[in-house]
Amino acid sequence: MSLPSLPGAERSAIIRDAIAVGVATGAYGISFGAVAVSSGLSILQACALSLLVFTGASQFAFIGVIAAGGAPMSGAMTAILLGTRNALYGLRLAPLLQWPGVRRVAAAQILIDESTAMSANRDSVSAARLGFLSTGLAVFVLWNAATLAGALAGTAIGDPRTYGLDAAVGAAFLALLWPSLAVRRNQVVAVLAAAVALGLVPFTAAGVPVLAAGGIALLAGLLRRPVEER
Amino acid sequence: MWLAILVAAVGCYALKLAGLSLPQRVLANPSVERIADFIPVALLAALIAVQVWSAGPSLAIDARTAALAFAVAALLLRAPFLVVVIGAAVVAALVRLV
Repeated sequence: MSLPSLPGAERSAIIRDAIAVGVATGAYGISFGAVAVSSGLSILQACALSLLVFTGASQFAFIGVIAAGGAPMSGAMTAILLGTRNALYGLRLAPLLQWPGVRRVAAAQILIDESTAMSANRDSVSAARLGFLSTGLAVFVLWNAATLAGALAGTAIGDPRTYGLDAAVGAAFLALLWPSLAVRRNQVVAVLAAAVALGLVPFTAAGVPVLAAGGIALLAGLLRRPVEER
Repeated sequence: MWLAILVAAVGCYALKLAGLSLPQRVLANPSVERIADFIPVALLAALIAVQVWSAGPSLAIDARTAALAFAVAALLLRAPFLVVVIGAAVVAALVRLV
């Protein structure tokens, strides 16, 4: 590769930040592991989700639907819909990372919120790649180790309701949603989606209300257009 | 369950790879970009609502509502992610003790 190498200080600063982000998300992975087994997954299934799906919000959505008594496939569909956000990250990062063929195929698995945040603001290809790889790998290793630890702990503590773990999931989703709520139109979409989902809870199979709320995103995206063009 | 896990894994990976591989002009379509921005907002809001206020096929207000209220307050005070999540769990556990 003929890319200019980074100065040592910048390299270590990027790697230090990456490890810090990895530790923070790793701690969050413990709660994922614990909630996953309390939702009815085996330890192996919880670990498989973290290794193979590897995108936190989608994983929590999957077990959220299962915990509510929904069919595993509606959990998978909700997880995939939430994963569309990663495709968007990829579109934004591709010109910055400039990875060809095989490297891109390997890098794709660690394309998540954190690796995007730590590479999107770099001013060179080398720095962007280092930020992406170091953060992605740090989170991958710690997230998976934490999932296993959490799953083991979760089986040991019994009913997660005693520790309020079931309530932690709603709080985690709210924390993920929070930054978007600074924008007015997102507030409207969020309230409508929540209302539609709750309205459907008594009448549909678990898992369906959340998927149906995705339709609000579709409608809002399509309906806004004429207003803007006028 | 395993099949669903595999479907979720393949689907989520395909989306990541597609993002890195698709031509940039996809983003130029304003509807695509808006819908993609709205999807996480709508799904997360719906997940919160169902997680906090449903109990099987019925709606319920219980300790989880108190936990969510704590989370809102903590986020308004710009508390870090872990404080929000762990604090909410603690609040729910305490409310259930009372």
